[in-house]
Amino acid sequence: MKSTILQAASRYLLPILLLFSIFLLLRGHYYPGGGFVGGLVASIAFVLHSFAHGTDNTMKILRYKPLSLIPAGLGIAALSMFLPVLFGQPVMTGLWINQPLPVIGMVGTALFFDLGVYLVVVGVVLTILFTISLNTH
Amino acid sequence: MTDNQIITPVIVHLFTAILQLVFWRKTVTQRILSITGCLIGFALSLNLFTKVLQGGILTMNAANWQPPFGIVFVADLLSSTLVLLTSVSALAVCIFSATGIARSRMLYGYFPIFHFLVMGLNGAFLTGDIFNQYVWFEVIIIASFVLLTLGGRKAQLEGAVKYMALNILASTFFLTGIALLYGITGTLNMADLSQKVPLVKDQSMVNLISVFFLTGFGIKAAVFPLYFWLPSSYHTPPSAVAAIFGGLLTKVGLYALFRFFTLVIVPDNTIRIILMGMAVLTILTGAFGAIIKNNIRRLFSYLIVCHIGFIIGGLGTYSKVAFAGAIFYLIHDIMVKTNMFLIAGLIRQLRGTMDMDRLGGLYAGYPKISLLIAIVLFSLTGVPPLSGFWPKILLFSAAFDTSNYAFIGSLVLGSFITLYVVARMWSKVFWKSAPEDPPPANNFDLLSPLKKTSLVLPVCILASSSLFIGLNAEFIARVADTISNEMIDTTPYIKAVLGK
Repeated sequence: MKSTILQAASRYLLPILLLFSIFLLLRGHYYPGGGFVGGLVASIAFVLHSFAHGTDNTMKILRYKPLSLIPAGLGIAALSMFLPVLFGQPVMTGLWINQPLPVIGMVGTALFFDLGVYLVVVGVVLTILFTISLNTH
Repeated sequence: MTDNQIITPVIVHLFTAILQLVFWRKTVTQRILSITGCLIGFALSLNLFTKVLQGGILTMNAANWQPPFGIVFVADLLSSTLVLLTSVSALAVCIFSATGIARSRMLYGYFPIFHFLVMGLNGAFLTGDIFNQYVWFEVIIIASFVLLTLGGRKAQLEGAVKYMALNILASTFFLTGIALLYGITGTLNMADLSQKVPLVKDQSMVNLISVFFLTGFGIKAAVFPLYFWLPSSYHTPPSAVAAIFGGLLTKVGLYALFRFFTLVIVPDNTIRIILMGMAVLTILTGAFGAIIKNNIRRLFSYLIVCHIGFIIGGLGTYSKVAFAGAIFYLIHDIMVKTNMFLIAGLIRQLRGTMDMDRLGGLYAGYPKISLLIAIVLFSLTGVPPLSGFWPKILLFSAAFDTSNYAFIGSLVLGSFITLYVVARMWSKVFWKSAPEDPPPANNFDLLSPLKKTSLVLPVCILASSSLFIGLNAEFIARVADTISNEMIDTTPYIKAVLGK
């Protein structure tokens, strides 16, 4: 689908949607949001871009294969789950830093777990959609 | 006391799977990682088993939430024994897979999914929360769907559709049961449920819930009349996959039945009679199904069904001796059934077919391998002093104690038919001379020595585990006896979880 309006709009929408997805990710622990929703919004941003510019161009701006995000995300989530064991706590216990960081807020293992979920969701959704769209062309 | 060691057999397979995803499409690295991961998993679960055997029940409150509010992982002797058996089977199967699985399947993620499956199995054995157990069952089912359909041949898809439909139905029953149980008690922790279920005023509701769980777990354990998905799907995937399915997947259903009907709900007489009837019919239908099958793997599938009946019968008898017999049989069965499917895969490598009419002369061609297989078949039929013999004595004595002649009759019949079909298979596959036409396709002799070892070594590992179980029957009987004590008297379990 070649549409100048969509192409121009998606160029602006991509960074905005990505920023919004990160906002959702950071907000996640106590408020609605989180890694899963954030990941979906981020993948929608790339899917919109691929509608306007074609899947090949979107693959170019992604640089890495979406498939490689899955082990990265799973790894981050699994490590954040396992980290408390090193501090003598049970698996998956939330560890938090004492002072909130500016902008990001409280940082703890839960945030890294959400980050892992975020990456896995982006990886899975984009892998599925790109595989379908590359095969149908 | 919170002890992180419980979760290590789960974690190690998770990390192995993730590392293998990083090495996507690098099949040699994946094989090495898989065997390393399984070895570490075996060491950790052996460690857990000895710790539980010596020190009693261990618990771990996930995320440091106190039970009954958080999810708790509990390693009692039953769980840790099953985790140990799982890791032995997983080790054998992953060594076998290194050669027995085609490279095209490995490229599409055979090994990561295999480790996710083992992770799910370990999780399901270790959790002390009934909803968490449902989640682990889902992990197992999703992984097994992928393993079953990987390769995409028509027969595989046909088997997978039946498998998927029945398993989703089972999960729905399971989930509905959980919802009802939560509705009347307000808790999901198994130890807490054990205390609250007897206090429920409307006990007819409890019986209804029992039936839901019986149906759900019954489908997964493949008992009569819900077993037909098993023989129609287990002969389709590669032998290594069939081995882990045949050895372990139905056994998770059995484990869940045992856990649920000893800890959470103590069944009343109606449920016990239903269990007993199911057991007898499962033994009979499984045994008669096995008689008419000519394909080795189909025959083994029916034998799985038949022997599940023995274990369910132990649960239905509901006495200490019967539990000990059933658990002993379960321990023996996991080792032998995994091994039988690996043997079927080995025979396929040797002759290119699993059809008994087209096989023959294996004993003349491969006497050492044949003798190894003979040990396994003797264990399966229960020739003393091998592993299948001892649990049957316990089951017989439990059945005589309760004067349950239907169960005794079906045990005798089931054992004889097992003996008959195995003897028939032995004479057809090993003694009879091979048919001239068509000439047998032999892949095995063309393989390198390393690959030959990776096909024969797993059979050796499992056969020696069977020998160990048979020759150390006193030790295994003591373990089974302790487990049956834990099932009859659940107060130590409840005390370990809730601290009161």
